[in-house]
Amino acid sequence: MICLGIEGTAHTISVGIVDKVDEKCKILSHISRTYKPEGGGIHPREAANHHAKHIPSIIEESIEKANIDVKEIDMIGFSIGPGLGPCLRTAATSARTLALLLKKPIVGVNHCIAHLEIGRALTKCNDPVLLYVSGGNTQVIAFMRGRYRVFGETLDIGIGNCLDKFGREIGLSFPAGPKIEKLAKKGNKYISLPYSVKGMDVSFSGILTACIHLLKKERIEDICYSLQETCFSMLAEVTERAMAHTEKEEVLLSGGVACNERLKEIIKKMAQERNAKFFSPPNELLVDNGVMIAWTALLMYASGIEHKIEETNIKQNYRTDEVEIKWRN
Amino acid sequence: MEKLIKRGAEAEIYLSEWRGRKVIVKKRIKKRYRIKELDEEIREKRTKKEALLMASARQAGISVPIIYDVNLDEKKIVMEYVNGERLKDVLDVKSEEEQKEICYKIGEDIANLHLQGIIHGDITTSNMILRDNRIYFIDFGLGMKSEEIEDKGVDLHLLMEAFKAAHRNEKLFSWVIEAYGNFSDESKEVEKKIKEIERRGRYMRRVS
Repeated sequence: MICLGIEGTAHTISVGIVDKVDEKCKILSHISRTYKPEGGGIHPREAANHHAKHIPSIIEESIEKANIDVKEIDMIGFSIGPGLGPCLRTAATSARTLALLLKKPIVGVNHCIAHLEIGRALTKCNDPVLLYVSGGNTQVIAFMRGRYRVFGETLDIGIGNCLDKFGREIGLSFPAGPKIEKLAKKGNKYISLPYSVKGMDVSFSGILTACIHLLKKERIEDICYSLQETCFSMLAEVTERAMAHTEKEEVLLSGGVACNERLKEIIKKMAQERNAKFFSPPNELLVDNGVMIAWTALLMYASGIEHKIEETNIKQNYRTDEVEIKWRN
Repeated sequence: MEKLIKRGAEAEIYLSEWRGRKVIVKKRIKKRYRIKELDEEIREKRTKKEALLMASARQAGISVPIIYDVNLDEKKIVMEYVNGERLKDVLDVKSEEEQKEICYKIGEDIANLHLQGIIHGDITTSNMILRDNRIYFIDFGLGMKSEEIEDKGVDLHLLMEAFKAAHRNEKLFSWVIEAYGNFSDESKEVEKKIKEIERRGRYMRRVS
């Protein structure tokens, strides 16, 4: 069964075409375009305009690249939430149009769960604790009693947002994460920052403020180094707590910030220390992508979920644990 | 002879002997994923804080294990071994009258902790030991000092969730709150806060 998935929750608009063969995920094509603000962070309307401009051509391109006829598409999936309203609406509108045009079923997918499902499909993990880290989201998720439950999350801003905001203070363009990673490699002095773990939750806004205050006193490289070490250690700690609590022995790292090599190293070490297994999908599928949406839509459809057009209203604050996971036991 | 009895995410708990006494040793273990400076700092801070909170709880008249020694180099606390029953394991088999009495005592104790600005941070029946009709509170590792209604509310809310997850009698928490109200003059605000916390999405899904 072939599904075309459209992802558009934030700054990336992406189309993935996936074929489900013998319960396995076969990626036929994957094309993304990313909105880059001229200055500052993501402007939701500007991002949505960017998506609207690119979506028709990337749909065409992806069908061409998948080497299929448009009639071979069996269903449409799209990111229904959570995310930025204007971006979500743009993706949803194109998904509805395609579904009506092709007379094919449509399924709205929870973006966070899609990150988890594509990880399960493409790595060898089966029942992991997911550390999902991106610009807007920072969650520790695991499957329990029929749902993906959030065991820990940020109480204020996402880790990526924390890095981007700090980057903006020091004149780095969006996204600042990879640039901070480079600077951090040249740092070697650890400066103590507010380490903020509350049970299984984390908070980053205090660290951000502390780092901004350090700007006049310390080397930028050392601040970046300390910022990364502090935030990533916090993430490792809450993930470990969730693993101990749920007695799960696999950890899956996903989301845009998971491209950071130091974060990967830290989470991997944490897993090794407790004899657990570490998994992470390839970088192009760590960031927002249409493939994960298409794959999750296929899983949902196979478990009997199909949305009527009037049920495809976007859900900006869609929670991970609202979704009934019928495709897992 | 030290015997490992529990390995948590953060600490290892040993049964041991110290100057002829049977003791519990709580050791905060090294995390190699953290850089050394950060790891040392965190483990030392938490060991200190936990010992301090236990000492202040004791001063507030709450039953907690006696601390015999704190070793900041090894990040360990040596404390009294409380030979009792974990409340989580025995609460359900008690009679309703006994359950009520226990919950009243819990409510009174938490009110007294909060009056002294002590937030336990992880009040569950797994962290209470019943011995000689007294309830010993253990594991202050997630605790803090605070006078905020928010923190007190979160503290009690956690107990409510723990009751729901682990125990059958649905009246347990209301008894705790009843007693809490008799000993705290902030109980109305705290109760309101608990309701508010319940309504917050992020706490709706708390599992245990």
